[in-house]
Amino acid sequence: MNPLLDLDPATVRKARSLARKAGRPVVKLAQSHTTVSVERATLRLAGLSGADHERVPWVNQLVDRVREDVGLEHGVTTPVWDALRRGEADDLLTLAQKSASGSVSFRLPGGADATRARKAARTAVARGIRTIDKQRATRDRLIKRHGDPKQRPWIYLIVATGDIYEDIPQAQAAAREGADIIAVIRSTGQSLLDYVPEGATREGYAGTYATQENFRLMRAALDETSKELGRYIRLTNYASGLCMPEIATLAGLERLDMMLNDSMYGILFRDINPIRTFVDQRFSRQVHARAGIIINTGEDNYLTTADAVEAAHTVTVSQLLNEYFAKEAGLEDWQLGLGHAFEINPEIPDSFRMELAHALLARQLFPDAPLKWMPPTKHMTGDVFRGYLLDGFFNLVGAMTGQGILLVGMMTEAVVTPFLSDRDLALQNVRYVLGAAGGLTEDFHPPRDGFIQTRARQVLGEAVDLLDAITSEPGKAQLLEAIGDGTFGLMKRPADAGKGLDGVVERAPEYDNPAITMLEEGATK
Amino acid sequence: MTPQDPRTTDSAMPLDPMPAKGAKESGGGARKATPDIIRPYGDTTGDGMVQVSFTLPVPHDKRAEGAALQLAAKMGLEPALLVHAKAMGPDFTFFVVYGSAKHLVDLREVKVVEREFPLLTPKDVNAAIKSRMRRKLVVVGACIGTDAHTVGIDAILNIKGFAGEKGLEYYREIKVVNLGAQVLVPDLVERARAEKADAVMVSQVVTQRDAHIHNTKAMSAAFREAYPAGQVPLLVVGGPRFEEGSAPKLGVDRIFGRGTTPGEVASYLVHELAQHKATQEKR
Repeated sequence: MNPLLDLDPATVRKARSLARKAGRPVVKLAQSHTTVSVERATLRLAGLSGADHERVPWVNQLVDRVREDVGLEHGVTTPVWDALRRGEADDLLTLAQKSASGSVSFRLPGGADATRARKAARTAVARGIRTIDKQRATRDRLIKRHGDPKQRPWIYLIVATGDIYEDIPQAQAAAREGADIIAVIRSTGQSLLDYVPEGATREGYAGTYATQENFRLMRAALDETSKELGRYIRLTNYASGLCMPEIATLAGLERLDMMLNDSMYGILFRDINPIRTFVDQRFSRQVHARAGIIINTGEDNYLTTADAVEAAHTVTVSQLLNEYFAKEAGLEDWQLGLGHAFEINPEIPDSFRMELAHALLARQLFPDAPLKWMPPTKHMTGDVFRGYLLDGFFNLVGAMTGQGILLVGMMTEAVVTPFLSDRDLALQNVRYVLGAAGGLTEDFHPPRDGFIQTRARQVLGEAVDLLDAITSEPGKAQLLEAIGDGTFGLMKRPADAGKGLDGVVERAPEYDNPAITMLEEGATK
Repeated sequence: MTPQDPRTTDSAMPLDPMPAKGAKESGGGARKATPDIIRPYGDTTGDGMVQVSFTLPVPHDKRAEGAALQLAAKMGLEPALLVHAKAMGPDFTFFVVYGSAKHLVDLREVKVVEREFPLLTPKDVNAAIKSRMRRKLVVVGACIGTDAHTVGIDAILNIKGFAGEKGLEYYREIKVVNLGAQVLVPDLVERARAEKADAVMVSQVVTQRDAHIHNTKAMSAAFREAYPAGQVPLLVVGGPRFEEGSAPKLGVDRIFGRGTTPGEVASYLVHELAQHKATQEKR
């Protein structure tokens, strides 16, 4: 494909190298810390699940007890498998149960004991890693059998009733109506829970809890529907909030196909501690990389808080940072659903041309990534007729600029949760535009130095300037300083504040985590 | 009376012919008098035409179309015209119906509950705080009691906001301290004092046996005990179960119900705190 924008390759290289410069100290920070959720995710890989009668998960119990006895600086696995080797319990679940009643004491083994405990831990965690590998192979096989969607972008629809048993028929109906990807929105507030709820859940607020059982039920239902439709229907959930590593792990174990996973969203929009987020982020992305999961990043959120024209470059900066963090964690280009959104005020002259310029910029900066194109929300006024037109123009930009994943816009955005008929009308809108104008990518070449090319270059230039400013902040991790200063989305989030800070632990030199080791080595044993 | 007085722009104005004190007599008197009884307007006065769309849980066939027309008739649309019917999967049908509504609207019976404060944009809120208070307005928020559902308080305070409006964190001139869920009343009081809060905001979403009322009363009592009279921060509670107008009974300044947006809360804070400031200066 001929480049449509004439971007200066030197500027593009500079943007990427600045993103690397901003991101690298944060990666170092992630490599030198662990969190309670990373440790719990590791235990989940070793097969520990379930909860006590008060619904406190066993992984939380065990990690908390180990932390009380010996701290988490060395990782949870060495003291846990040392206790198992000493015969404190026959298996992991029994150990967790006994430790909860206070009848197990943990120690930090030394010498040969430590080596043996580590080896045993690795063998146990490897079973979880191999399950993730098997699920990935199953996905590949099912895609081969049923096929991918015939068109690009893939059509992404949301269901969220709060009740998994209501979600299932709705998701199946949405797939029959044409959705390629089903996203189950989480219950409000789950991101701030420091544990993953257990079991099938029937009550949520504006969404359904992400649990291992809910994942399994929905994936099984969509497998049936994929077979019926002759098209593999992908399932999406959210690896974000305080339990990001655990939810990523459960997604890998239960063969979810896409996960929302943004490098800074939790910090900025949920006031989660920055270090907690970056440590959790790296682990969850390593799991996603291994599981063949496509991540979706959340740049659209910047545009809902700031002006979509003035803040256009913050989207580009965030995409570049997300790309750096993703690749560092082992994700490949085809797994990067970098986000952007149609949020320019429609009252502004040339708003549609600017939308085209911004969308093309993302397309050209990340040619091999399946970009995720998000519909208007901020300028949906409740006038559903006007909203329907706006969604049509949104779809048109998606078609003209070759987006990878299109989240279907609802004319009832900001009015009610979509009616059955709203969803059907929205899909008709998408089908009409993709059918009528999908081939426009062939004809549409913005003229050299015209409005679109100039605007795209301007946004890229502003992005480079912002990255420049971030990397010239004082301190060891400039990106953290910038986040603390309120560079993104106007929010100041200092590194020593925010939710989940007490779950962050600096690693000791002897820290061991067999999951991270195997994810980094690509090992299966 | 200020030009913002909502009554001067109310469409029901002709029903209240008493001119506002001191207001100028309207010059031309060109405004057409609205009749008291009106009907919807399609393309001719009095045609009563409306358009509705809905879905019925039946497969699309002749019977379904008949069912749609029956519903239209019961809704008072006569004659009704079924202009569109489409199957939504095997079990549902979507309809668009146009028809003449036989109901009449009596403007004299329309009752409007006026908001006691003008709605401001975030920009205006920031400007008002800056010029009137010359410092940031401090808001401390929490869910008190056993309620762990921060949905309400987060919708108002978090930058992410609610209904397309950004939360109070987004306002440059407002400092937000969100203490989260299950905060004890003494802790809330202590934190409010430490932060020199101008307003304290409490959310009660999930409640049993009137827990929201007991919690709110306990909270307001604790604040009135801890602060000298006249210096208690503005006490604001929100939640779907509170009765409109029960604020005095609960000992708080304002109650916000379901569907309240951050912009309304911010506008209220500015309105109240500017007033307080004015009365304090008079003392």
